Amino acid sequence: MAEKLIEIRNLKQHFNVGRPNLVKAVDGISFDIYRGETLGLVGESGCGKSTTGRSIIRLYDATDGEVLFEGENVHGTKSTKELKKFNRKMQMIFQDPYASLNPRMTVADIIAEGIDIHGLANSKQERMERVYELLETVGLNKEHASRYPHEFSGGQRQRIGIARALAVEPEFIIADEPISALDVSIQAQVVNLMKQLQRDKGLTYLFIAHDLSMVKYISDRIGVMYYGKLVELAPADVLYKNPLHPYTQSLLSAIPLPDPETERTRRRTSYDPDVHEYADGEEVQMREVSKGHFVYCSEKEFQKLQKQYKN
Amino acid sequence: MEKILEVKDLEVSFQTYGGEVKAVRGVSFDLYKGETLAIVGESGSGKSVTTQTIMKLIPMPPGKIANGQILFNGDDIVPKTEKQMEKIRGKEISMIFQDPMTSLNPTMRIGRQIMEVLIKHQNMSTSSATERAVELLRLVGIPMPEKRIKQYPHEFSGGMRQRAMIAIALAASPKLLIADEPTTALDVTIQAQILELMKDLQSKMDTSIIFITHDLGVVANVADRVAVMYGGQIVETGTVDEIFYDPRHPYTWGLLASMPSVDNDGGAELTAIPGTPPDLTNPPKGDAFAPRNQYAMAIDFEEEPPMFQISETHFAKTWLLHPDAPKVEPPAVVQKRIRKLSSTFDKPVLVKEEK
Repeated sequence: MAEKLIEIRNLKQHFNVGRPNLVKAVDGISFDIYRGETLGLVGESGCGKSTTGRSIIRLYDATDGEVLFEGENVHGTKSTKELKKFNRKMQMIFQDPYASLNPRMTVADIIAEGIDIHGLANSKQERMERVYELLETVGLNKEHASRYPHEFSGGQRQRIGIARALAVEPEFIIADEPISALDVSIQAQVVNLMKQLQRDKGLTYLFIAHDLSMVKYISDRIGVMYYGKLVELAPADVLYKNPLHPYTQSLLSAIPLPDPETERTRRRTSYDPDVHEYADGEEVQMREVSKGHFVYCSEKEFQKLQKQYKN
Repeated sequence: MEKILEVKDLEVSFQTYGGEVKAVRGVSFDLYKGETLAIVGESGSGKSVTTQTIMKLIPMPPGKIANGQILFNGDDIVPKTEKQMEKIRGKEISMIFQDPMTSLNPTMRIGRQIMEVLIKHQNMSTSSATERAVELLRLVGIPMPEKRIKQYPHEFSGGMRQRAMIAIALAASPKLLIADEPTTALDVTIQAQILELMKDLQSKMDTSIIFITHDLGVVANVADRVAVMYGGQIVETGTVDEIFYDPRHPYTWGLLASMPSVDNDGGAELTAIPGTPPDLTNPPKGDAFAPRNQYAMAIDFEEEPPMFQISETHFAKTWLLHPDAPKVEPPAVVQKRIRKLSSTFDKPVLVKEEK
């Protein structure tokens, strides 16, 4: 898994630049995504996790920083041809399956839009065959191709969204809260489908969500964001067993678990950004506390955390 | 314990172009003073319709209460007129909605929206209502309430708006509070705070709460008793321990198994409930859950299962509890949670229909 598919270097996404209401939605984050893995991104609403996903796929033009896909920068001046190349390799699944499908297009046209744009089918027949194949891959059937989105339930629509993303045979899929709008019993269906597709097609996912138990389940590594910054990045099980940043600790302590006994004895910790007591000019950055476990901290905290880690 | 609410064999249907949708099909439950009943189920299971009917908030027509009684403090709500209901809503029974962004009036100051309840139901003067509004906002944990009452909803964050909603709902000290997915739109950290707040207020004011949610983690946190709804019916009900440690209905098993637990190492596949919820325009014959149920037997497609009683407080509506049914093993993930509860009867008892 050592091959880096995507490198994000000091990515910044600011809105209203130059005006008094400047918003630093993403403020200098760096991480890598390896080929074939699922990287989960969690945090509360407004922490910049969706913006990060959208900047990576260039739905927004990054204010600063680089997104390297297989070594090439996604941002910066690009010809249409170059952009098309990236668009084929990177796809996105959106949160709201009701708003992200065009209600005036049939399912076949929605799914085949990417195939048409990239000229992946030589004949009409080939195009339809491809659509049928994709529908089957995501657990729908042929007859669904001529219908319109409103005829489907939320879970089925999300499957159409997944089929659309898969149509151009991407290597990397950004899933922005793909299950938040779905019912519990349907969520598991979609997550299982995504896992199965990953195994079959060797996809790489960036999975953005606020449901921490689902993220833990699907992800290999998890990044925690807080106010536009990545505060902790670690393998999924390590993050849950040994959260180091106080914000991660408070986030984990807040997940309600389906077990009445643990709920009765639960103790929540709340996060106060003042606990760090960073001195002026102290350099706060991502530091690797142990192998693969990064925490956003100052040099002093870093020493302390390393000591803690040994015990 | 004192019963505050009794719902008996409630049936609610809606007239639509596609035909009559039987949203609630014979729901009965009781609610005691000071307890929290959680109603879980997926969208379309009838949980919101049931509670909205208790407040008579469903539009009639197209909605219709086809059958049943709702006894609030022994008084049947069903025949009450709109005018009589106005005296109950907000005063005796109040409601917290899912989406704090859309359920507050954007053109009215927060303080005014709280005072409205006080002036209408408690005949308070404007000045004393203002004082009480400040008090209420402080109670729900909003800092600087004196300043905040003069603000508009858009000046509040999502969590703050939900707190303001709770303040409005509690203004007249209602006996029953209905919370319809109050934390679904919120982040986990804020959710935890709101749940703490609700529990805290409940112990202070001795309010009964009906809590609607589809998050089983939240249920485990807040509920005393749980009712699981599917296809417009309650399929299993019991104390929170009975539902989480000794579930009997295959749908409850499915719900519990489809949730990843944090100590799950991610290797095993989630046990998803296949298929989609039933179409209640023509409710299926027999057990509504049968088409999605891997444990379904021939009879499930023929005849609707009766209620079986498993303990004093635990009921489940499934043929699997019938003495002639084959013994089935729940999914492995569910088996892990099962433990022997002392209150369980030796054998499930068939509940006779009261005539």
